Amino acid sequence: MSTKDKGQGGVGRRDFLKLFGAAGAAGAAASTLPLGGSASADEMVVAATGKTHHHVTDVTKTRAEDSGYEFFNIDESAFIEAALDTLIPSDSTGPGAKELGVAIYIDRQMAGGYGKGDRLYLEGPYGEGTSEQGYQLPMTPSELIRAGIADVEAYVQENHKSTFDSLSAKDRAAVMTDLESKKVDLPTVPTATFFGLLLQLTIEGYFADPMYGGNKDGAAWKMIGFPGADAMYMDKIEPFRNKPYQAEPKGIQDII
Amino acid sequence: MATKLNAVDVLIVGLGWTGGIIAKELASTKLKIVALERGGPRDTNPDFIDPQIHDELRYAARHDLMQNVRRETITFRNSESQTALPMRQLGSFLPGQGVGGAGVHWNGVTWRWLEWDHQARSRTVDKYGEKIIPSDMHLQDWPITYDDLEPYYDKFEKTCGTSGKAGNINGRKIDGGNIFEGSRKNEYPNPPMIAAQSMVMFEKAARNLGYHPFPNPSSNASRDYVNPDGVAFGQCHYCGFCERFGCEANAKASPHFTVIPMALKNPNFELRTNSIVLKVNLDSTRKKAVSVTYLDARGREFEQPADLIILAAYALGNVNLLLQSGIGVPYDPAMGKGVVGRNYAYQCGGGATAFFDKKTILNRFMGAGALGTCMDDFNGDNYDFVKAGYIGGGGISCSNSGARPIQSHPTPRGTPRWGSEWKKAVVDSYDHAASVGNQGAVMAYRQNYLSLDPTYTDVFGRPLMRMTFDFQDNEIKQMNAQADICVTLAKEMGAIKIDRNVPPIPYSIVPYQSTHNTGGAVFGADPSTSVLNKYLQVWDVPNVFVTGACVFPQNAGKNPTGPVGALAYWAVDAIKNQYLKNPGPLVPS
Repeated sequence: MSTKDKGQGGVGRRDFLKLFGAAGAAGAAASTLPLGGSASADEMVVAATGKTHHHVTDVTKTRAEDSGYEFFNIDESAFIEAALDTLIPSDSTGPGAKELGVAIYIDRQMAGGYGKGDRLYLEGPYGEGTSEQGYQLPMTPSELIRAGIADVEAYVQENHKSTFDSLSAKDRAAVMTDLESKKVDLPTVPTATFFGLLLQLTIEGYFADPMYGGNKDGAAWKMIGFPGADAMYMDKIEPFRNKPYQAEPKGIQDII
Repeated sequence: MATKLNAVDVLIVGLGWTGGIIAKELASTKLKIVALERGGPRDTNPDFIDPQIHDELRYAARHDLMQNVRRETITFRNSESQTALPMRQLGSFLPGQGVGGAGVHWNGVTWRWLEWDHQARSRTVDKYGEKIIPSDMHLQDWPITYDDLEPYYDKFEKTCGTSGKAGNINGRKIDGGNIFEGSRKNEYPNPPMIAAQSMVMFEKAARNLGYHPFPNPSSNASRDYVNPDGVAFGQCHYCGFCERFGCEANAKASPHFTVIPMALKNPNFELRTNSIVLKVNLDSTRKKAVSVTYLDARGREFEQPADLIILAAYALGNVNLLLQSGIGVPYDPAMGKGVVGRNYAYQCGGGATAFFDKKTILNRFMGAGALGTCMDDFNGDNYDFVKAGYIGGGGISCSNSGARPIQSHPTPRGTPRWGSEWKKAVVDSYDHAASVGNQGAVMAYRQNYLSLDPTYTDVFGRPLMRMTFDFQDNEIKQMNAQADICVTLAKEMGAIKIDRNVPPIPYSIVPYQSTHNTGGAVFGADPSTSVLNKYLQVWDVPNVFVTGACVFPQNAGKNPTGPVGALAYWAVDAIKNQYLKNPGPLVPS
C-alpha cells in the first residue's frame, strides 16, 4: 500500500507522520500533537497532501479505526500491518488479519502485562538449552518483537533495498517463508522464536474476543461458524446433532 | 524476622479440593483450623459469571487462573546428563492458584481408578511374573486396595454430583457402563450427560470393533442437583468454556462453591489468602513439625505454630515444600536411596485427528469439559501385557469439550501454518474434525524424579524444584500402540483423512499435554520406598499429612481427581477417628 501511495507521487503515510511527529499516529495522544488542536491524523493527511478521497480511506483503514498505537512506532506498525496482511490475507475465504484490527490487538498486548512478561520467569543465568526446555531468552515478548522487527527490516533492506511493507505481496510472503524455514539467521533474536511469537499473536488476535481489538465484529468467528461468547447449548446439543447451527457471533461486549 | 503468631490446632497449606475437604470434615472437631492459600479469594459471582468468563484469551491462552511462574516455577531437564533450566512460562501443565486451586479450572472428569491401578505390582507379578517389569521401573502397589477406597470414591462422586453410568454394581456387569471398573455399591448420583455428535459416532465405531464404550464420568452436572451437604448445582450449559475456566452455572463441581463454603461456616476455621508458605519448621528431633513460615500479601513474614500440618497444595507444590523443609530423605537416584521426589510420573497422550466430509456437522463448540465417550479395553490390565510389550495402558476417548478457536482450529497435517491456504483449511475443517485420544499411564522410573535445583531460585530466595523426566520405552511403545488403535477407530467413524499423533519424544515442557503430575511423595507400605503411610501420614514426621496426586506411586491411564478427592476423605477419616484421639504414627514404621 505504501508503495502504491509513493508511486502516485504523494507523501507516504509514514513519511508524513515522521514529518509531523509520530504522536499524530496515535489518535489517543491528541494532546501531544505538534500541530496543536485535536485534528485527527486523517485530517492532517488531507490537509498536507491534498490527496484524493481514496487515499484518505486507505489511511483510515491502516490506522485501524480510531485506535492508536501505544507500543509500536510508525516503522514497527507498518511492519506489523504488512506482516498481518501476509500471514492472514484478505481473500475469497474470508477477512484478513489487518482488516480485523489485529495490529491494534498486538500493539495492546505488547503494551500490556503479557508484553511486559508479567507471567514470565526472567531470572538468570541464561542458557540456550534444548528445544524441550522451552523459552530461555532474557527478553519479554515486547522486547523480542521489537528486536525481531528491527532484525527483519535490516534483512529486507540488505536483500531488497526496501522496507518490508513496501515489498510486493509475493516478496513479503517470500520473506515470511524465509523466516519460517529459518533460512534467515536473525542477529538479535532466534528466527524461529520471533516468527513463532508473531504468528501466535496474529492467530490470537484474529480469533480472540473482539474486545481485545482484533476479530472486528466477530468476523473471524463468523467465517468458521463459532458463535462466540453467547454460549448456552443445553437445549441445542441433541436437536442439532449433525445439523448446522447458525447464530450471529457475539462478543462479550455485545452481551453485557 | 518472622512475627510469631498464636498456635492453632490444624494448619492446612493450600485450599483446593483436598484442603477444602479436610477443612470441612474437621469442622465437627471444634479444633482451631487455619488454611493458608497462596492465591487470592474467588467466587462464582462475580469472578466466573457469563459472559466475561467466556474469554478464551484471558483464561485459556493467558492462564489467568493459574500459577504465575514469575514468582515460583521449576527447572526442567530430560535426563541427569543435562543441566536443568527454568520453565520460564507455563506450557506442558497448568497448576492452579487461588481459592479452589486447580479444582476451579479442571474439566471435571471424575474416575475411580481401575483395581489394577491400586495393586499394579502384585497383580502384574501374579499374572506375568516379575520378569516382565523393566529393571529401572519402580512399579509399586498402593498400600490400600480399590475395595478399601470404594466408600470414599462414592462419597466424592456424591459431593461432585458426578454424571455417569455404572458398569459394575456389586459385581454385576452393566452394558453401557464401564464393564472394566471395580465393583461399585451405587450408581452415579446423576445420569450421563447428553452425547455430542462426535461421541455418537465414536460409540458406534467402538461397538462395531467389539469394544466397550461408555460415557465419561463427568462432574459437569447433567441436571440440577443438590449434594449431601445441601450444596446446589445448576445443570451444565454445555457452553464449551470449561477446562481453564471457572463455571458460571456451578455445574462443574469445584471446591470453591462446595466444600470450602461449608468449611467457612465453621467459626473455628480461618482462611488467609495471598499467603505463601515458604517452609515447614521442624523441632530439633526432626521428627515433629512445629510451625510453618509464610509471607502475606505485603511480604510480611509470619511463623504460624500448629499441632497438625496438612500439605494440601498442588502435587508439585507439596513435594517442593517437603524438599524445602527437609521432611523425609530426598531421593538419590545414584544410590537408589531416599524417597522425597522419587517416582515422579506424568501422563502420555497422542491419538488421531479425524477429518470428515462437510456433510458431517459436529457443532464442537457445544461442549463441556468432561463430555466424552471413553473405552477401557486397552487400559489397566484389560489387555495382554506380554502381547502388547508394555505395562499400563490408557483410556481411549472421543471428547467434546468445546472448540474455542484460538486453540482449536485443526488442519490436516501438511497444511501451511499461515496464508490463504491455511485459512481455507481452517474453515474447511473447523466443524468437521474430531479427535480420538489416548490418555496413557506413565510408570515410575529410577531416573525420573524431583529434587532441588543447585542454581535457580524463586522470588523468595528458595531453590527452585528441579524436574528430571522423560518418556521411557514402555510408554513410547504404549503411545504408539494406542495411536494405532485411535486411527482404526477414526477410520470406523468414517473419517476421510486421519492424522496420527504421538506426543513429542523426548518429553517437552513446551506444548500443553496434561496437568496430571503425579508422585514425588508417594504412599506405601514400605518406608524405604514411600514418604507416606497408607493414611497419607509422613513416616518420618507423623504430625504432617500430605494429600494430592503426589501420593500416587505411578500414574494411571485416567484423570487423577477422583482418587485425589477420595483419598482426602480417606485420610481425614483417619485423622479424625484415629490420629486426633492419639496423635502419633498410625502405622508402625
